[in-house]
Amino acid sequence: MAILETRQLNKHFGGLHVTGNVDFALQPGEMHCLIGPNGAGKSTFFKLILGEHLPDSGAILYDGEEITRAKPFERIRKGISVKFQVPGIFKELSVQQNLTIALQHHVAPEILQEEIDRLLAFLKLSQDRKQLAGNLSHGQKQWLEIGMAVALKPRLLLLDEPTAGMTPDETFATGEMLQELNREGMTLLAVEHDMAFVRQIAHQVTVLHFGKIFAQGTIDEITADERVAAIYLGEVDA
Amino acid sequence: MSSASRFTSILKLIEGPQTLGKGPKFWSGFSVVLLAACAYPAFADSYDVGNNVYFFNWLFMAMGLSLIWGYGGALSFGQTAFFGVAGYAYGVLTINLGDAYGLTLLSLVLAVGLSALFAAILGYFLFFGRISGVFLGIVTLSVTLVLERFMAQTAGPEWAIGKARLNGFNGMGAMPSLTIPWPGGNIVLYPDVTLYYVTLALLLVCYLGLRILVNSRFGNVIVAIRENPMRAEMLGYDVRKYQLATFVIGSALAGLSGVLYTSWGNYITPASMGMTAASLPIVWVAVGGRTDLTTTIIGTLAVLMVFQSLTIYGSQYALIVMGTLLVITVLIAPRGIVIALISPFMRRKSKLEGER
Ligand SMILES: Nc1ncnc2c1ncn2[C@@H]1O[C@H](COP(=O)(O)OP(=O)(O)O)[C@@H](O)[C@H]1O
Ligand SMILES: [Mg+2]
Repeated sequence: MAILETRQLNKHFGGLHVTGNVDFALQPGEMHCLIGPNGAGKSTFFKLILGEHLPDSGAILYDGEEITRAKPFERIRKGISVKFQVPGIFKELSVQQNLTIALQHHVAPEILQEEIDRLLAFLKLSQDRKQLAGNLSHGQKQWLEIGMAVALKPRLLLLDEPTAGMTPDETFATGEMLQELNREGMTLLAVEHDMAFVRQIAHQVTVLHFGKIFAQGTIDEITADERVAAIYLGEVDA
Repeated sequence: MSSASRFTSILKLIEGPQTLGKGPKFWSGFSVVLLAACAYPAFADSYDVGNNVYFFNWLFMAMGLSLIWGYGGALSFGQTAFFGVAGYAYGVLTINLGDAYGLTLLSLVLAVGLSALFAAILGYFLFFGRISGVFLGIVTLSVTLVLERFMAQTAGPEWAIGKARLNGFNGMGAMPSLTIPWPGGNIVLYPDVTLYYVTLALLLVCYLGLRILVNSRFGNVIVAIRENPMRAEMLGYDVRKYQLATFVIGSALAGLSGVLYTSWGNYITPASMGMTAASLPIVWVAVGGRTDLTTTIIGTLAVLMVFQSLTIYGSQYALIVMGTLLVITVLIAPRGIVIALISPFMRRKSKLEGER
């Protein structure tokens, strides 16, 4: 059974049809990338899955259970977690504090500090634990938010442009980090522009265009598809 | 975990990331101030001591606003609504029940409970209706102004609850002071040295209790909501419940101020819920530094004393000075003047910590 499924999902903003009849299914353990030009509706699709927006019609199922109208925090508690496109870290709080808030409701107080230290090491932020999160570099902010999302030990992790603003080295390290999480059993769905990164991590790729699923397949199939090159790579050139 | 170790782990929260003062230096300074406050009645006229309890009365409301606005990020303009509800409730209850058998203390609890209930109902509609930002301020301000208007037109004899006449804009008076039942004679808390110590003790309990609260897991979540409510929700927290709980606690503290003030002066008027009264708490906590309980208290006491001394020259001047003070704070030190004054020192300190 798919861990995540959408059926005929639709969303309008005024006259703008941002999500159009999207039928999408994600298998447990899959590492899937969502690509498409700017404004294609990728972030909106995430927000529908998370409950930040409610769809006009259609259904969303998590683990076979309908969650179309569930509150965002209820979906999170079921095992979904997200890293936003714009890092949503708590800027005026320390790095350590950010992680504490992500961890405290499912980690026993006795092992909380241990768990924070482990995550800090994993994120390579041990030196910056007392730093205010707002003072981190852009790449570090992205990592911190990935760390907060991962801290919930989700079964399904959504990542909206996880490597935006990162150096190639940081991007590669992020890819390795995500692969490690995937090996441990986490299902991942990532919006990404960096094709090298998509090639590094994705089992399957979905192309979104004007809110509709335009193409689906492996990275090789997608890059070989001339129609995709026309809409997606064409846009990058322009 | 044993109950003893649970108790110590709760006590440890008296210091933490959400409170500025920590370490032996802070606590020795704190002890000196507390000792001075305890010693003060020995060196002053008991009439003055009783009068100055006035300043303490407001600090509960200020700490409540610090919690709601400074920590929780929700600007409530309606602290005075809960102040007034509890103040009037105390008056109505004690005038009807009298001051024997500790009934004034029961009235205090009921009056504060009533303001908390009122906050819970109002807060439910606000936070579960996802009202935030400026609109939260507008709605809470409207509530206190409506209550003021309502109470101001209760002058007629038909406006009475039991023996208690509401008295319109003249205000309600002649309610008994808080009275502690004691073997060998009740202790009536007139504005006097005893009331001073009782209020000081209450203040100490609330201050330390709130420090523990803001450094607890609950406190972590409310500052996270202040920083980014959507992120907090996407970590699995039901943001609305945390906002509501914060609002109820902070508003109940305003209610406590209302009861203490009414008992202290045996008097409460609709003006205590009016526009001027409603804006003053904002000035107190903004000037000191609303994001910290200690700077809130320092700022509130300082502003209250300046305001009090200026009032001698006419309250309209005092209000202009308050307004100017708020504008200056917002422009020069938006986080609060006390916080701005101590922050260079704090930065140096945290750098040292980083080097260790
Ligand atoms: N809250 C909103 N209200 C109105 N229009 C929106 C809103 N969010 C996104 N849009 C519009 O929907 C389209 C898709 O946006 P988005 O999902 O962010 O695209 P992507 O993430 O693929 O770049 C864009 O044209 C954007 O302007
Ligand atoms: Mg986007």
